[in-house]
Amino acid sequence: MPVVRRAPAAESPPHPPPGESRTRAATSPWRHRLDRLVSPYAYIAPFFLLFAAFGVFPLIYTAWVSLHDWNLLSSANPFIGLDNYRELFSDGYFWNAAFNTLSIGVLSAAPQLALALVLAHLLNRPLRAQTLFRITLLLPNVTSVVAVVVIFSQLFGRDFGLVNALLDLVGIDRVYWQANVASSHVAIATMIMWRWTGYNALIYLAAMQAVPREIYEAATIDGASAARQLWGITIPMIRPTIIFTVIVTTIGSMQIIAEPLLFGAQVSNGAATTGGTDRQFQTLALYLYEKGFRSFEFGYASAAAWVMFLLVVLVVGFNYLVVRRMRGGLDV
Amino acid sequence: MGIPRTGRRLPRLLAPMVAATLLTVTACSGGGGSTPANGDTAAPAEKIKLTVGLFGDFGFKPLYEEFRKTHPNIEIEERQAAYADHHTNLAAHLATGAGAADVEGIEVGFISQFTAQPDRFQDLKQYGLDKRQGEYLDWKWQQGVAPNRAVVGLGTDVGGLAMCYRTDLFKKTGLPTERDEVSALWPTWDQYIETGKKFTASAPKGTKFFDSPGEIMRAIIAQAPVGVYDAQDNIVVATNPDVKKAWDLSVRMVQDDLSAKIGAWTPEWNTGFAKGSFATIICPAWMTAYIQDQAKNASGKWDIATVPGGAGNAGGTHLTVPKQSKHPKEAAELVDFLTSPDSQAAVFKAIGNFPSIPALYDQPDIQNFTKDFFNGAPVGKIYSDAAKNLKPQHLGPKEGDVRTAIGNGLGRVEQGKQTPEQAWAQVLKDVENVK
Repeated sequence: MPVVRRAPAAESPPHPPPGESRTRAATSPWRHRLDRLVSPYAYIAPFFLLFAAFGVFPLIYTAWVSLHDWNLLSSANPFIGLDNYRELFSDGYFWNAAFNTLSIGVLSAAPQLALALVLAHLLNRPLRAQTLFRITLLLPNVTSVVAVVVIFSQLFGRDFGLVNALLDLVGIDRVYWQANVASSHVAIATMIMWRWTGYNALIYLAAMQAVPREIYEAATIDGASAARQLWGITIPMIRPTIIFTVIVTTIGSMQIIAEPLLFGAQVSNGAATTGGTDRQFQTLALYLYEKGFRSFEFGYASAAAWVMFLLVVLVVGFNYLVVRRMRGGLDV
Repeated sequence: MGIPRTGRRLPRLLAPMVAATLLTVTACSGGGGSTPANGDTAAPAEKIKLTVGLFGDFGFKPLYEEFRKTHPNIEIEERQAAYADHHTNLAAHLATGAGAADVEGIEVGFISQFTAQPDRFQDLKQYGLDKRQGEYLDWKWQQGVAPNRAVVGLGTDVGGLAMCYRTDLFKKTGLPTERDEVSALWPTWDQYIETGKKFTASAPKGTKFFDSPGEIMRAIIAQAPVGVYDAQDNIVVATNPDVKKAWDLSVRMVQDDLSAKIGAWTPEWNTGFAKGSFATIICPAWMTAYIQDQAKNASGKWDIATVPGGAGNAGGTHLTVPKQSKHPKEAAELVDFLTSPDSQAAVFKAIGNFPSIPALYDQPDIQNFTKDFFNGAPVGKIYSDAAKNLKPQHLGPKEGDVRTAIGNGLGRVEQGKQTPEQAWAQVLKDVENVK
């Protein structure tokens, strides 16, 4: 219908002038209109097309697959309704993975962000070789995750690992890092912190540099210490950035897979996908991988993916609420 | 009316688009058409590129050159990935209908999972490869055949079992070092454990009797007539006494402190070979190449004895042609060539994978083949005997998942997390959930 109405409108202005300019005059208002209406959409279309193809479609298709008894290889995949979800909710290994994910997430995110804040605060002053420090912060993040995990797994190695050698030196018993829940979570959280602390510190640093210096000067005159300034000025002033990093870090930590996979590969082939012999450090993403790509149970893995998605939304929402209430000392 | 008007206007906007599209299309077809015109008209066939997807080195490189002598128009590209990744990727490529190589290797631990889906593969009968059946060990041939009798894959090698050991470490602890005497030490697994205890009593610090019980348990299960699946594809872990026997033996080995607790295929394992952390290791034929690679500094110190408990098979591969291959006929020819008796013999001599074609076993060049790295051990004779005595075992569709569950249970015992009874109970529970 709109097309029909628009067409005469486009037709109305022409007073056919003579000569060759006639065609241009006739089309240009129509074209102009089309341009104004369509072009903005055309410009943003590539993103939305890609997003539709690689974001929305997989999301919906995953939901569709999760309602089937879908084996990756077989050609017949019967519809089974919500059976996969029903089975999932009573699957102890799924909830074990959910617990591990949360535990590793908290163990890595909280110290990581606190440390990043302190690092950024230390760098947020006139320093020699500033660029060098900032690049150094980012270096661990540039390293490939595989390289980081392989190196750290050797450091945490039971027989020849450096960490155990140091423990031995101070007279503490050697730890079989992969064997227990707590020790494996600490080891994996360490790897994550190594990669991401500097990255978050840089983001904080950028935010801190936008805080007016006068406030600090006034605080200094009033006699506030550096720690008091961090708590009383910096944190409240960069709160939006902190909220951003908390959300991004939370999402990231819900998706951890490479670290436990490669860490478990130090034990045996089988313990890699199960995240330890007793699933001590199997995360949700790793559980999904085990079901989908080792057992080829695609329907079940898809159901797990959707529940995982909902869990991420829940946890991110919770964190957002908590951080938003965190005010620092400014308004006290 | 508006509609005819838009109909009239639309071409103006469309015209350049259509023209551009047409141009591209004609340009493409022009390019495509010109190749044969410019090319050598005497060439017998069009140029083809075949890809081969494998896990690790199969020693095929010289064979590709050989194949090209009779098929000059075929170019061959080999892709290698790690064992587990290779099979995972293959499953994904088959499921999505794109990305698989023209020839894909499938290890025996996965073969039944793939043969259960014959419509994803070319039936090699179409290309006359069923004529090869008579050459093969029958059970090896059957492993590559689908339930609907389609020939999905042709076998490359079999992994007859033997036991590799370090002569220098044996000498230090006062055990015999000559391979027949060593074989005489352990006709049964109980005697293997006894030997291990003797070894451990005077072993050098940091050296254990074997690497980890996981592979040994696999071997003991492989020696039984029925493994974790019965012939009807039911999982029988809970009821098959041979599986429980393998478990109990392995647990005893852990409790007697014979294990270095180093899982197979881990980085620490590789370090263990180089450092001599363990004195014996289960070695199917294909393992000899791996040991040779990892323990470069130990040439002449390793030797090979018979395995306790009788013959069994561990590992081995089939070559398949996925349905999606664009050149199935040529791919089938390549499979035929790579699995031919001559090729299998050449691979054995080059890297150690042992042939699945029994006619080769009595040939003098195989029988008399020795390896200096293994102290001049007659590997040809050892693995021929192992392969001849093999009793085939039926492998089920979720073989890998079941074995992972059992292996993890043993791992929990080894890590001291559970008593053997608790671990076994959890194994049975886990296995029940494998569907």
